[in-house]
Amino acid sequence: MNNANNVNAIVQLDNVSFGWPDNPTPVLSIKEFGIKKGEHVFLKGPSGSGKTTLLSLIAAVLAPQTGKVSVDNIALDSLRGGQRDQFRVDRIGLVFQQFNLLPFLSVRDNVQLPCRFSKIRYRKARQAGLTLNDETDRLLDAMHLSAKEIKNKPVNTLSVGQQQRVAVARALIGSPPLIIADEPTSALDSDTRQAFLELLFTEANATNCAILFVSHDASLATAFDRSMDLREINTALNATATHTSTTNADKPRAMP
Amino acid sequence: MIHIAWKSLCNRWPTALLAVLAIAMSVALILTVEKIRRDAKSSFTQTVSGTDLIVGARSGSVQLLLYSVFRIGNATNNISWESVEDIKARKRVDWVIPISLGDSHAGYRVVGTTLDYFEHYRFGDRRSLELADGLVFDDVFDAVIGSEVAAKLKYQVDDKIVVAHGTGNVALVKHDKQPFRVSGILKPTGTPVDRAIHVSLQGIEAMHVDWRNGATVKGEGTDADTVRQMDLKTSAVTALLVGLKSRAAVFREQRAINTYRSEPLLAVLPGVALQELWNLISVAEKALLIVSVCVVFAGLVNLISVLLAGLNERRREMAVLRSAGARPANVFMLLCIESTVLTLGGILLGLFLHYVLTGLGSLFLQQQYGLSINLALPDRTDYLILLAIGVAGLLAGTIPALQAYRKSLSDGLSQRL
Repeated sequence: MNNANNVNAIVQLDNVSFGWPDNPTPVLSIKEFGIKKGEHVFLKGPSGSGKTTLLSLIAAVLAPQTGKVSVDNIALDSLRGGQRDQFRVDRIGLVFQQFNLLPFLSVRDNVQLPCRFSKIRYRKARQAGLTLNDETDRLLDAMHLSAKEIKNKPVNTLSVGQQQRVAVARALIGSPPLIIADEPTSALDSDTRQAFLELLFTEANATNCAILFVSHDASLATAFDRSMDLREINTALNATATHTSTTNADKPRAMP
Repeated sequence: MIHIAWKSLCNRWPTALLAVLAIAMSVALILTVEKIRRDAKSSFTQTVSGTDLIVGARSGSVQLLLYSVFRIGNATNNISWESVEDIKARKRVDWVIPISLGDSHAGYRVVGTTLDYFEHYRFGDRRSLELADGLVFDDVFDAVIGSEVAAKLKYQVDDKIVVAHGTGNVALVKHDKQPFRVSGILKPTGTPVDRAIHVSLQGIEAMHVDWRNGATVKGEGTDADTVRQMDLKTSAVTALLVGLKSRAAVFREQRAINTYRSEPLLAVLPGVALQELWNLISVAEKALLIVSVCVVFAGLVNLISVLLAGLNERRREMAVLRSAGARPANVFMLLCIESTVLTLGGILLGLFLHYVLTGLGSLFLQQQYGLSINLALPDRTDYLILLAIGVAGLLAGTIPALQAYRKSLSDGLSQRL
């Protein structure tokens, strides 16, 4: 078993169990799960297999009843409300299936949002001596979004594929050590999916950024360092009485 | 955050504009109502100015004021001409304006007076009466009419008018043998002067030449020229406006008149009596104020409802903000900033509307009623009102902001995660 202080791990879960309130059966029960720094992990699993719950635990949105979650060597249970928000914006870039962008902000403003809330990411974004706008434009260029053309456009004039790439640029800005992508490609067609992945990987590799990529499209899995099925590690799914014996005495805390 | 809030408002400009307008309207309304209220009060309490004492037969001060200045109701008794001469002869008295009431024309009161009236009568900010057309009365049968009388009855200089005894609109007894000629028309004053027909004291006597024991004598009546030849002496007047040489003597003179031995008289200070009267009718003023407070309240409720209604469709935005690193506190701030911007915008637009309204209104009021509404910078009361609205707007904004805060807590980072 890896220990939680493994300096090479960006994400480390040990004996984690989570269940919703008023439900004695946990929906997620993971003995051990880890992601190494810079590692690209593909996570698949059917609906209801606990994918979103797992992501929520790693992003400190939910807290497990038992066990320990560490991200970037920070034990999440040691964080309080406001600290969790700060931890999240400092260390994790998030990309969702769709509706990642604020419709009333320009493309540039959308990409720069995390830098407004995280000093660390603002500093990192300007590490290469670039201004924030230059770094934004560089990322947009890297995402094959010609920055000059679209940077000041309202985002709702973009195609879904373009919007998803803007969301990736936002997740990447300020080089967080981890990117969580929750089915970011499900709204894209298969051609753009591959291109989308390539762009994501190129930029993530440049900053040694780990990726936890959730999808039920198994065809994408080959591009990743590691691919796993949540059903293999989530023992709560083939739950027998013994598995659910983990105590539910303390109710799960929904984290802000 | 301010940048994001601004962009967010720009994106929602139609609803934002509605909220701003609602607040602007209520701000403009309350400021205008407040201004009218204050100006009406000051204009009312300055219906007569420059007059130090009003003297009449002994009754109540408000009653004396009502019939002598507002020409409402009737006097209980008259002042004999001897008393008038006595008061006029007092060494601290500068001038007296005798006023004789009791007749009317088409519902407008006829005021018998002397030329001193046009010289010494003051209203508002010590403004004197001015003629819009014609001259003051020179002949026994000359009349100077107020602006409203001229406008409503469409009278011009040299028109003939017939005066009736009594003060009703339909008078049974008309002094139609002695028609009066309009010699002059006064400019609007915004005071009861506009509704008066001024004739000389001799004119009043002339009307009553054929008047004996409450009925006209039978026959043709005396014609105007014969009346002119007569020696018309006034025996009594209804009230007296007194101007003193020095205001410092006002209380001494008041006491002297109140304790006058030959006749029971009453002297009142017009300012005090007007204030008393205003307090009687200030119920209407308070009602106005309550209405405008309600309008402000409605404006704020509208602000809350606009923000609250938008909240549901904005849940996704909140989630996006949260996933991009905004804390629930930031979401709260965002909504607060938005409501602040809306409130401030409403207040500024409301101020602007208020000045446009009073600017246009004062032109109209000046022309129609001679009311002067001055365009002044907001004074302390106005600032307090604006401050109160601002604070109320901020408080109102916290309701949807709290709602957004709670929702963003329960929604997490997205509807999915």
